[in-house]
Amino acid sequence: MSTSTLSALALRDPRKEKLQERTREAKVRYLMAFDSGQSRREREPEWLQARRASAIAHFEHNGFPTVRDEDWKYTDITSAANLICEPQFGLPTARDEKLESSEIQQFLLNTQNALRLVFVNGQLAPHLSTLDDLPKGVSLLGMRDAIQSHGALLQAHLGRYAEADANAFVALNTALFTDGAFIHLRKNAAPAAPIHLLYVNTAPLTAAKVRNLVILEAGAKAKVVESYVSLTDDSYLTNVVTEIVAERDANLDHYKEQLESDSAYHIATTQIKADDEANVQSHTFTFGGAISRHDANAVMNGEHIEVTLNGLYLAGGSQLMDNHTVMDHAKPNCHSFEEYVGVLDGKAVGVFNGKIFVRPDAQKTDAKQSNRALLLSRDAEVNTKPQLEIFADDVKCTHGATIGELDDEALFYLRARGVNKNDARDMLIYAFAHAVLENVSIPELREQLENQLMQRLRH
Amino acid sequence: MSEKPVLLEIKNLHARVEEKEILRGIDLVIREGETHAIMGPNGSGKSTLASVLAGREEYEVTGGEVIYKGKDLLEMAPEERAQEGVFLAFQYPVEIPGVSNTYFLKAALNAIRKHNGQDEINPVEFLKLVREKMALVEMDQSLLNRSVNEGFSGGEKKRCEIFQMAVLNPTLSILDETDSGLDIDALKIVSNGVNQLRDERHASIVVTHYQRLLNYIVPDFVHVLYQGRIVESGGKELALQLEAQGYESIKEVQEAVAS
Repeated sequence: MSTSTLSALALRDPRKEKLQERTREAKVRYLMAFDSGQSRREREPEWLQARRASAIAHFEHNGFPTVRDEDWKYTDITSAANLICEPQFGLPTARDEKLESSEIQQFLLNTQNALRLVFVNGQLAPHLSTLDDLPKGVSLLGMRDAIQSHGALLQAHLGRYAEADANAFVALNTALFTDGAFIHLRKNAAPAAPIHLLYVNTAPLTAAKVRNLVILEAGAKAKVVESYVSLTDDSYLTNVVTEIVAERDANLDHYKEQLESDSAYHIATTQIKADDEANVQSHTFTFGGAISRHDANAVMNGEHIEVTLNGLYLAGGSQLMDNHTVMDHAKPNCHSFEEYVGVLDGKAVGVFNGKIFVRPDAQKTDAKQSNRALLLSRDAEVNTKPQLEIFADDVKCTHGATIGELDDEALFYLRARGVNKNDARDMLIYAFAHAVLENVSIPELREQLENQLMQRLRH
Repeated sequence: MSEKPVLLEIKNLHARVEEKEILRGIDLVIREGETHAIMGPNGSGKSTLASVLAGREEYEVTGGEVIYKGKDLLEMAPEERAQEGVFLAFQYPVEIPGVSNTYFLKAALNAIRKHNGQDEINPVEFLKLVREKMALVEMDQSLLNRSVNEGFSGGEKKRCEIFQMAVLNPTLSILDETDSGLDIDALKIVSNGVNQLRDERHASIVVTHYQRLLNYIVPDFVHVLYQGRIVESGGKELALQLEAQGYESIKEVQEAVAS
């Protein structure tokens, strides 16, 4: 027997093997669920049926990722994949008509006239949403309804950007999504109020597959906030795909806050496609979930585009938070900015992977990437990997990664002025994390995030 | 004339950092209202003494005791010492990105007030206090909203230390090489700030390598620290004598005594 076989045997982990076996079963059940939804899908337009069929074919071919896949090296999703093998899996969860507005009050943006869609366990709750009296040039509705009313736009955009062949969860989302938000801004439309998309979980073992599409026509301007929250401490899965299209000179501030229960799984992709002179800022705030994975990908498919991808994550206990980003400079003269900041305590694990592609055409690219992590405990861990692939020669690309602990000198300085040790610690952690919040352009959201940060720092 | 009450008493204090013994038996009594200068060559233990009094954790006290206001100072956490009125002006003030001067100072002041059973200071009163004390050290108000010491020049940092001291109004100030890195104008401003805080109650320990500072902050007593011990004490004239003769004379005398 060779040495390598010996070590392979020694590393056999029966528990893990069982999970992997169950993951293979989960795949089969997913495929069966897709088949059983055939009659429901037959009522959908043919183009959508074709996209769903193509997506499930990719999933059938690729299956769930494992830690042997480079992109999932630190994030073992076997437990998340298995979780969704529940009886109600594959079926749309019943609309929770009973949910009262008072129950979601705490999650609402404290702004006047915010436009709002509320989803309960993945399904639109019309009685909690703003569906009438929308500003001029703005369409805001549930995806299921949009399939009926905005077929041509959906056909032109839905599933055209997020790649079902590259990511199993995107494939499953495309194949099985039942609802989500559809936002369309006509040329130069610029509603003053932010658009708030609130996704509330109320029950265990749900597997919401949320599909959002945001289209900004030329010159349109908007602020969009996605909030994922839970009214329970249960385990469930949220699988989100948000596709964003920013046409010429459009301007979007996009925020996603993940405040799921600490037992939940949250696997999301934000896919941005920007045209000439567009400006898109996308900020991700990750506070909840047992395992959280967020892919933020931007393709700059024009010139003089500016894209910002920022992130803040706060992980404690045994939480795992994984952020993967791709900045794809396809054309010349674009700027991209990226700053990811993480604070990790307990046995938490953080993952950051930041790819920057500069295509052969993309001269005069200016790309900046930075990621910083603060480790508050010996058992916390962060895995960070900047990945620059540059095929043009006249470009500026900078990246920096720092991983550190609290500065003892600063801590002593604060204490020597009378600030108690815990307060001094909180002050330093808060200062470290706050840099990302300074760019939040909706004051009420910034305040809400600051409160979240403060609360989660309390010992 | 009856003597003033003792504020701080250091008895046979020994301390080390890592394996190196730096303080080797310090004795010092400071009464209310007094200003004591601690002088000595590099490496004599001046800054170590300041750090041990403020509670810096890298220093291990291996013997002796320090009684402050009748309590065991060495038993207290750094913040407790500050709350009891001990203030260390740092030789190298620390930059803290993301924490504004105002926020930091208010938190410090309120922690001290809370310790003394007082309510939090109201914002208007705080602003008034801050303005008044900034003027004392001719500090630019625009520094208030900046992060603590971030991007400050050497002189600005030292002024900011004295400004903080003025706001927090301590009972015992320890100035650790506050003159280092200051030009003569900044030195005058900083000294002036310190002098205005001198009163019947407030005592200071001024740690310095050079006599220069003591032209402006005139001490009641001068102590010479050498190899971890106070080897000579006297009035303000001792500083002038040191200035004239240099530390070499002290070293020679000490080496003669040792042999």
